Amino acid sequence: MSTPSRTDAVTDVVTDVVTDAAGGVVTDAATHAPDRGHDHGENEGHGHVEVDGVELSAELVEGPSVASHDVAEYALWLGDDSLVLAQQLGWWISRAPELEEDIALGNIALDLIGHARSLLHYSGAESDRTEDDLAYWRTEPEFRSAHLFEQPNGDFAHTIARQFIAANYLFELYSRLAGSADATLAAIAAKAVKEVDYHRDHAAQWVLRLALGTEESRARMICGLGDLWPFLDELFVDEPLIDRLEGVAVRPSTLRGPAWDAMAPVLREAGLDEPRGFISSGGGRRGDHSENLGPLLAEMQVLARSHPGASW
Amino acid sequence: MTIPPVPYDIAPTSASAVSPEEQQFNDLIAADSRIEPRDWMPEAYRKTLVRQISQHAHSEIIGMQPEGNWITRAPSLKRKAILMAKVQDEAGHGLYLYSAAQTLGITRDEMTDALIAGKARYSSIFNYPSPTWADMGSIGWLVDGAAICNQVPLCRASYGPYGRAMVRICKEESFHQRQGFEILLELMNGTDEQRAMAQDSVNRWYWPALQMFGPPDDDSPNSAQSMKWNIKRFSNDELRQRFVGMLVPQAEVLGVTLPDPDLRWNEEKGVYDMGEIDWTEFHEVLQGRGPANARRLQRRRDAHENGRWVREAAAAYARKQADASTGTALTQTAVA
Repeated sequence: MSTPSRTDAVTDVVTDVVTDAAGGVVTDAATHAPDRGHDHGENEGHGHVEVDGVELSAELVEGPSVASHDVAEYALWLGDDSLVLAQQLGWWISRAPELEEDIALGNIALDLIGHARSLLHYSGAESDRTEDDLAYWRTEPEFRSAHLFEQPNGDFAHTIARQFIAANYLFELYSRLAGSADATLAAIAAKAVKEVDYHRDHAAQWVLRLALGTEESRARMICGLGDLWPFLDELFVDEPLIDRLEGVAVRPSTLRGPAWDAMAPVLREAGLDEPRGFISSGGGRRGDHSENLGPLLAEMQVLARSHPGASW
Repeated sequence: MTIPPVPYDIAPTSASAVSPEEQQFNDLIAADSRIEPRDWMPEAYRKTLVRQISQHAHSEIIGMQPEGNWITRAPSLKRKAILMAKVQDEAGHGLYLYSAAQTLGITRDEMTDALIAGKARYSSIFNYPSPTWADMGSIGWLVDGAAICNQVPLCRASYGPYGRAMVRICKEESFHQRQGFEILLELMNGTDEQRAMAQDSVNRWYWPALQMFGPPDDDSPNSAQSMKWNIKRFSNDELRQRFVGMLVPQAEVLGVTLPDPDLRWNEEKGVYDMGEIDWTEFHEVLQGRGPANARRLQRRRDAHENGRWVREAAAAYARKQADASTGTALTQTAVA
């Protein structure tokens, strides 16, 4: 019989934690901001939490890289998309259909908020604004998110439909942006693409489960996809800014084909037709937003705006 | 651990004789070793563990709510990311603990059903509301701090899967406590309003956090047996005392006042004397008359009920995939 010894690693951990809890924490916490993220080293695959967005330097090219006005605007577009989507997904944590999904949707939201922070940090440098200045102190018309990301969570099928479109779009976008002439954007994209690759896998698996699961889930998946599909087109519109950023930005219209090529096999396997219905005229890149953004920002910004100048 | 096979012809000769399995269990406990899922264990030991581990799991899950309440309103993106990660960690802790309980022969569904039916208990502390951002600090500093004091000794609990789950959980809780401390520190270094927010929050959470260690030792019916079984290592009052000893210097660093006028160092005993805990309030909240009991369960039940069709879909899909791969049925005709 192998009797585990009490003097093994368990004891080490215990001692370690006791030390933390019993006083060491005072000076430690006072001097070390918990910016190091979690060390869940032993977790496998993507299923771990890593607040790497908390420490930005890892994904940002530090140094003289202040974006030009146009690049800053472009970074703002992408940052707002991720921020708004992360804000929506964060709602699910503690409300998901099963614990595993609380964790999965939480992971995705955390990845997205990491991308948003990098992009907003980079965007803000040009106008001497921090990521929080941009997130909390802009008004609705100053946001640049596309309407897809602003759409409400709906039921789980709506959230999955939104994730399916968003993750496939973002994957194609970041795959190409990783080759951008702008080193900072390229670095952010190179990191983000690995994460959104997992997001699209997560979404694809749920599209299949819901579409091929029960009659009810299938009906809901069809409804969710139909409700979100109208917001696909806006993602592929080439705004004038793109013409001025040749080689730096990815031309949205070039992403339509690859994104569709990635989504089509999943829809085929799921036995789902491409929805043919409304097409939203969009306008997020110009500050014209869906009705959902106002309440979302009101909630997101309420505390920060109640305490101007405070730091948290 | 593996048990050496027990010869079948050995049977207890009288009701008072100890069976070989039981002797083995007693020996393992006496040697301060681990009991593993396949080992024989007394029914009462199993029941105690199922109760304790499932209550602990439920506490993690319900405990997601007071903090989840602030994810969408966190006042900076950094804080939002940290808070999301923290609440998500709690879901992970719930999962480890449900898994540990499952090794004792109960299913996650049974435990979930008991929770949403209001039949299972969870830590009473989560029946208090989190009206301000400072509560994210107090929950981390005080609630997670108390949890760590309670849980670190559980890493050595005699039941292997529980002890091992607690090792992982304690590592993360320790990190959570630092985050809470840091939130409060930032507030205490901030504006007058922020300092007031922090102090008000500490005032609200301090006493409930002390109650987390459970009733005083002379009023804790299950403690003695749990200590005999090496599930529990220190008494409720010992742990509470240790916690307060840890808090006092930290409160000084923060600049917050702990809301106990009777709290003072006792030179003779070498511990802090503290004021009387309001056990009436504790029992009231425990009996379902706390500020947020109904809301916590309702939200858990809503999530569970609203997710039912999703879980059913996942199960149906998995069945169809399994059938398809074994070639026994091609049931995807509905969508062909």
